[in-house]
Amino acid sequence: MSFIAKPKITHPGLPRNEIGLTLRDYEGSMSTLCAGCGHDSVSAAIMQAYFELSVEPHRVAKVSGIGCSSKTPTYFLGGAHGFNSVHGRMPSIATGANAANRELQYIGVSGDGDSLSIGMGQFSHAIRRNVNMMYVLENNGVYGLTKGQFSASADKGSKAKKGEANAYSPIDPVLLAISLGCTFVGRSFSGDKDNLVPLLKSAISHSGFALIDVISPCVTFNDHEGSTKSYAHTREHMLETVYADYVGAHEEIIAQVQPGEYRQVTMHDGSRVGLRHVDKSYDPTDRIAAISYIEKHRAEGAVVTGLLYVEEGSAEMHVTLGSAPGAMSEIPYEKLNPGAEALNRIQGRWR
Amino acid sequence: MSAEGRVNDFVIKLANVNGTGSASSNGLLMKSIFRMGIPVVGKNFFPSNIQGLPTWYEIRVTKDGYTCRTGTTDLMVAMNAETYAADLAELRPGGVLLYDSTWPRKDLQERNDVTVLGIPLSGMCNEAFDSARAKVLMKNVAYVGALVALLSIEMEVVENLLKETFSTKPHLMDANMQAIRMGYDYAIENFSCPLDMRLERMDKTDGYVMVDGNTTAGLGSVYAGATVVSWYPITPSTSLIDAYSIFCKQLRVEEDEGGSKVNNYCVIQAEDELAAIGMVLGANWNGARAFTSTSGPGISLMSEFLGLAYYAEIPAVVFDVQRVGPSTGMPTRTQQCDITSAAYASHGDTRHVLLFPADPTECFEMALNAFDLAERLQTPVIVLSDLDIGMNDWMIPEIQWDESYQPDRGKVYDADALKDMDKFYRYLDVDGDAIPWRTLPGVDSKGAYFVRGSGHNRYGGYTEKSDEYKDVLDRLRRKSDTAATIVPEPVVEHGVDVGAEKSWAVLSIGSCHGAIVEARDRLANEKVSFDYMRVKGFPFHSTVDEFIQKYERVFVVEQNRDAQLRQLLVNEFDINPAQLVPLLSYDGMPVGSDFIVEAIKTELQMQGAAAAG
Repeated sequence: MSFIAKPKITHPGLPRNEIGLTLRDYEGSMSTLCAGCGHDSVSAAIMQAYFELSVEPHRVAKVSGIGCSSKTPTYFLGGAHGFNSVHGRMPSIATGANAANRELQYIGVSGDGDSLSIGMGQFSHAIRRNVNMMYVLENNGVYGLTKGQFSASADKGSKAKKGEANAYSPIDPVLLAISLGCTFVGRSFSGDKDNLVPLLKSAISHSGFALIDVISPCVTFNDHEGSTKSYAHTREHMLETVYADYVGAHEEIIAQVQPGEYRQVTMHDGSRVGLRHVDKSYDPTDRIAAISYIEKHRAEGAVVTGLLYVEEGSAEMHVTLGSAPGAMSEIPYEKLNPGAEALNRIQGRWR
Repeated sequence: MSAEGRVNDFVIKLANVNGTGSASSNGLLMKSIFRMGIPVVGKNFFPSNIQGLPTWYEIRVTKDGYTCRTGTTDLMVAMNAETYAADLAELRPGGVLLYDSTWPRKDLQERNDVTVLGIPLSGMCNEAFDSARAKVLMKNVAYVGALVALLSIEMEVVENLLKETFSTKPHLMDANMQAIRMGYDYAIENFSCPLDMRLERMDKTDGYVMVDGNTTAGLGSVYAGATVVSWYPITPSTSLIDAYSIFCKQLRVEEDEGGSKVNNYCVIQAEDELAAIGMVLGANWNGARAFTSTSGPGISLMSEFLGLAYYAEIPAVVFDVQRVGPSTGMPTRTQQCDITSAAYASHGDTRHVLLFPADPTECFEMALNAFDLAERLQTPVIVLSDLDIGMNDWMIPEIQWDESYQPDRGKVYDADALKDMDKFYRYLDVDGDAIPWRTLPGVDSKGAYFVRGSGHNRYGGYTEKSDEYKDVLDRLRRKSDTAATIVPEPVVEHGVDVGAEKSWAVLSIGSCHGAIVEARDRLANEKVSFDYMRVKGFPFHSTVDEFIQKYERVFVVEQNRDAQLRQLLVNEFDINPAQLVPLLSYDGMPVGSDFIVEAIKTELQMQGAAAAG
């Protein structure tokens, strides 16, 4: 179904971004997800973010694993190459792709099953390596394509559609990522585009691994009463903590809040993220404080959202590896081939 | 064997305890013989252990330049009390045993058909050296000194080698030389030196080098222009990545504009083999030449991704340095046991391109072949080396570099090509060779497509339509036929004319080669001659079938229990299985010429008896 092309009608009055593209240029093919699926809202927010940042679609590479969420990269940025890989293994594809060409932007889309069960190893190690990419985890607490089994992010006691309760403790990707040293961690809600779009833009501008955990309800298998990943439950229990206000490198900052409540983090590319503290007590640059804050509110049943942790200026994978600037894939062969003389020299040691 | 026959033609086996520094002593011994112009074969039989278990090193001195083991031991240096009994039993009648006589070893006197030479190596070293470590290490150096006298090795050669090794550590040079002298002097004073079994300078190693196949495969990957490597440590493949990394540190580092050193390569140690192959696919998809190196257990773990790469048509190079399975098996012993699992790795209908190097020379050449084929065919290529080739030192002719070599990057549309194109479709067979064109991310949005392991049609779109799915799967089968025409061709060597028609032949792969060559010469002396085909790639070239059809029987020599190469031949060709007679060596030791000679003789006798009966 995803091969179906959407009719491309561009209204002359549509707003254009700095590179002259309209939002329609950031679309992909028609979604085949259920009507009302949270994931489609996330795809819309992703398109909006890249559009607003004026990124050329073909300079983005989209990667995903397996599951409902992992199907979504076909539904946005049709002008970008995409790679729908195997279950739980998207981080390795992203890592290899990034190793080959550090000059593209990488977006990985995954789900809670893909990232926290089968793929938890790769998820963790991509964070450890600080691969320069944005990782969007569309989190609905349930396996959709196999018809509604609990995932590892389902809350203990949360009810399945037919009523049985989940017996196991959830894995919180946000806490996991912060504990692993992730350098950008945010959480949002698919139904809260105002929060999600600037958070995505900030994540895209981050140099290093940026995780955004998006609570994205499954309308078919996990949107009922008793579910803690439903639209109603999330809206009710969401606690916005730090609003990320993305400001481009050349834009003026218009602070709408009182000094002391607003602080800036300068990103690698010169852009800035303004952090509007809804809860003044929260410090997203203090790792220990962030963990205890999130833990405390989790115990109370609150879903803390916003830019929860950020560490700008850390070394992304290529910096750690000491890679040459530019893409490995574009180094001319003449530079890679040591030649006959070097071979003779080497073989001299083998006599 | 006559005394004369033992000059430059015998096997020394050194029985040691792992972790006592014996590897460098034994290396010194072998290199000394090599530098005297005499061909040598070195085989290391080591335990899966860091310290304490028995380990053996075997040096075959072979004036005729054979590259295999024989299976016989002529001189045993017994340095491990734990294995004395077995080491003594292994020695051929008339052989020589040298042991550390610091402590009495009555049981070593039990055979009266061998010569036993005792040297108080530990006693001498305990007196001469102060540190505990030196006392252990130097007794191994001291037996090399004794062998210098017993075998008439040129002392100057040994000294020069030590000088090169310890050029920056002169105090170690002195200690080593002292130990050599102690062993030498003791042997001269107490035994009649040299033995009948001894060395005489030759000129047969000019233009040759001693190297292992993992080193040459790693170096070949540098020359192939590989820039991204991801791997997970596993014996016996680890040293291939080590080699690549070390050569890159020497050859691929440059200064950036600011004067900092930067790398024109990326080596990532993965969290497991699943991630290692995933990174390789991601990098190849994105236009870099990328590879991984592993062994059997890694192939098992990589299988899912290999299926994706086959179906989604992503180049990848995998070196499989085979070791003994199943499961953990014997990680430090050799086998050719991943043939079927590599050929058809993954679920569904898959068929992978395999290359079978026979020695370190071919590890270098096939590294280049592998990257070219992977990109030309847009599919994984698995190079099936093994522990014997990968980790043992082989004497090979110096590798010659062809300066005209240019990598074959296969069919990739660049920005210019896309500009002139109406629309790009990923899986269309536009050239009739079943190989479609691909595009790289980041080049042009017109080239954008979505790689998927799910059903897709020839345009690259998702499909669940039966005919569209079959269309792609059938083309992949045809692509496999194309692969068969461009993998390295098999090599046929015709046996000498012994006046009889050849009704049977030998077919084999990889590291069996050396043993077959010597077996052929030995059997020719007995008026038994055969034609021999060595297969170098899979899918099989059509000449493989043609060769088999010429003979009533073909002996298929390989190193695994289940005759995996034979299975593959029966599976791929319309062959009567009875025509293919398996000759199997699978004890974990590199196959020797004794085994091949005996196995062929036994088969011929059985057939003769059957014909007579």
